[in-house]
Amino acid sequence: MPSRPVRVGLFVTCLVDLFRPSVGFATVKLLEDAGCQVEAPMAQTCCGQPAYNSGDRADTRAIAERTIAAFEGFDYVVAPSGSCAGMLKKHYPPLFRGDVVWEERAMQFSEKVWELTSFLVDVLGVTTVPAKAEGTATYHDSCSGLRELGVRNQPRALLASVEGLALKEMPEADVCCGFGGTFCVKYSEISNEIVEKKTANIATSSADMLLAGDLGCLMNMAGKLKRQGAATEVRHVAEVLAGMTDTAPIGGR
Amino acid sequence: MLVTSPAFKENAHEALSDEQLRKALGNVRAGFIDKRAKAAEALPEFEALRESARAIKDHTLANLDLYLTAYEEKVVAAGGKVHWAETAAEARGIILDICRMHDAKTVAKGKSMITEEIELNDFLEASGIHPVETDLGEYIIQLRGEHPSHIIAPAVHLNKEQVEEDFRRVHTDLPPDRDLSEPASLLGEARRVLRRKYFEADIGITGANFLVAETGSSIIVTNEGNGDLSQILPRVHIVVASIEKVVPTLEDAAQILRVLARSATGQEMSVYTTISTGPRRANDPDGPDEYHVILLDNGRSAMLGTEFQDMLRCIRCGACMNHCPVYHAVGGHAYGWVYPGPMGAVLTPALVGIDKAGHLPNASTFCGRCEAVCPMKIPLPGMMRHWREHEWERGLNPAVVRSGVRFWAWFARRPPLYRLATYLTMPLLAAFGGRKRRFRFLPFAGGWTKYRDLPAPQGRTFMQQWRDRDALKQGGAA
Repeated sequence: MPSRPVRVGLFVTCLVDLFRPSVGFATVKLLEDAGCQVEAPMAQTCCGQPAYNSGDRADTRAIAERTIAAFEGFDYVVAPSGSCAGMLKKHYPPLFRGDVVWEERAMQFSEKVWELTSFLVDVLGVTTVPAKAEGTATYHDSCSGLRELGVRNQPRALLASVEGLALKEMPEADVCCGFGGTFCVKYSEISNEIVEKKTANIATSSADMLLAGDLGCLMNMAGKLKRQGAATEVRHVAEVLAGMTDTAPIGGR
Repeated sequence: MLVTSPAFKENAHEALSDEQLRKALGNVRAGFIDKRAKAAEALPEFEALRESARAIKDHTLANLDLYLTAYEEKVVAAGGKVHWAETAAEARGIILDICRMHDAKTVAKGKSMITEEIELNDFLEASGIHPVETDLGEYIIQLRGEHPSHIIAPAVHLNKEQVEEDFRRVHTDLPPDRDLSEPASLLGEARRVLRRKYFEADIGITGANFLVAETGSSIIVTNEGNGDLSQILPRVHIVVASIEKVVPTLEDAAQILRVLARSATGQEMSVYTTISTGPRRANDPDGPDEYHVILLDNGRSAMLGTEFQDMLRCIRCGACMNHCPVYHAVGGHAYGWVYPGPMGAVLTPALVGIDKAGHLPNASTFCGRCEAVCPMKIPLPGMMRHWREHEWERGLNPAVVRSGVRFWAWFARRPPLYRLATYLTMPLLAAFGGRKRRFRFLPFAGGWTKYRDLPAPQGRTFMQQWRDRDALKQGGAA
């Protein structure tokens, strides 16, 4: 055991900050229960992906510098999102390639960054959570977490320990939901086609609840499910793992 | 071929409204993905092979001039001729000269994306020479006057009823009451019709999967054996290949072949792997009298040394489009030029210009599945992002996108102002969300709410609540 508690900087992500703070508090609870000291620096805003994926390198870099400066003092940086954690961990260092000062800072920073469930399981060695939830759930693998950070078994392992919850896999759980950040607005018709395939797969699982680790994907899938009149309850995986399911689900009931 | 990539959205809309196409695209999802996964899983060294395939191509591209010159020497030594073509027009001109020299009336063609790229068929027709596609898929779309919608399965957008209709329309010398209800009967008919064409053809034109510097050989893989016949039966064989097809040795080609078919169709090897080296020698039982190679650049050398060089590792297996949710949704024709899917989204802007092909690298969710299955480990999403950066630098994005991103980034770079703005707006938005906690419509969010509800925010932002929690903690401690 370390002599002092692990200091974790919570990168709350802009979507959780703005749309679903309860995911942030669930994350804090999971980290504190695991013995971490959690802080959320006020200097954080967004990881910069909207600029980065629009080709705006200058703004991306400016945002990345701010994020690194705000978080580099922590032992770890944890985000309840594979997409934002992937941005911080995999995409920040190449932004500074060739910059003698910032490249090194970005590299050191990136080594501290983890997606929530992978941090709990792979770093802290958490194997069970003391949560309860009634019913069945299906888990959608968000693309960046899955393919950039290898998040796949960690959330499922933790969910398996939730009392009363049964996991029902959907077909093509690892296929994109069609969110893609600004893609879902710029190419909304194609995005719609992709999310319709996803909601059909969710229906095939016949689970009561849809869980995932990224709020962007969750809002997209919840938005489609609600438009289709589905009763599926949509939540971020952290809410279920923290036993904080008293709030209304994403997009309501 | 007219570049319709600028109309990608309209093309996509049309594709999404085409029920027959949607059904056919379902076959792509069902047909390729499991087969590739099984083939990759069955070979313990598959990942190691990908790594070595990548290394072979990286090494070749770093020494491309050397290997192309070595290749040319070997072709010449084997009695063949190499023609260097900088542009599509040059390549077409060289091919026409060869055809004219032999007074060619008919040309048998093996499947070749490069000849699609240089629009050879239309050009030959206009010059009074009849090209006959001998790959079944290519033959079908030639009958229909279409272009391939997939680089290895050119007619994947069609169903068998459509093919039957085309065969009945074109093969009028055959009995009208024949049974064509099964795919096997369609295949049999195509085979019988095409067999005659090989013997009629004056010249055979094929592409190449590999050019081997060590031996001066060209290699093609097919599942129908049509490539063999196209190049052996006519008197003249013309290989049309782009410069990045060269590999140093036969051993290198063999290594890459081990990932090619597995990635493409899930086969261990394609049914036919055909190696051609020069014209027929005195003791050969068959082969052409003349052997020509057209080495086409057409914009590729300009990619060397840039962030797009990795794209030149592509071996045209099609795995990226087979696994692409956008390709599954809209099919290949929507991309508006020769190369569809993720590889097309990177290659097309390089060959026709980002000003025309801007939609292609933008129409991606960056899900990363293409990169995950690419046998050559080409960072396709990363390169699509590089194209977006080129667009941004040249100011090619729509003004509304640019100003939207800049407006948002202005706040994101200023945390105190960002806090203030979000503290004020989010609780308001939450209140508008009402009891349903979602919006069916919201001004300025029409792109979202046209197809799905927008979940409403919960109320005060996380940071707002966290600041209170911190203050409470510190107050309690004091």
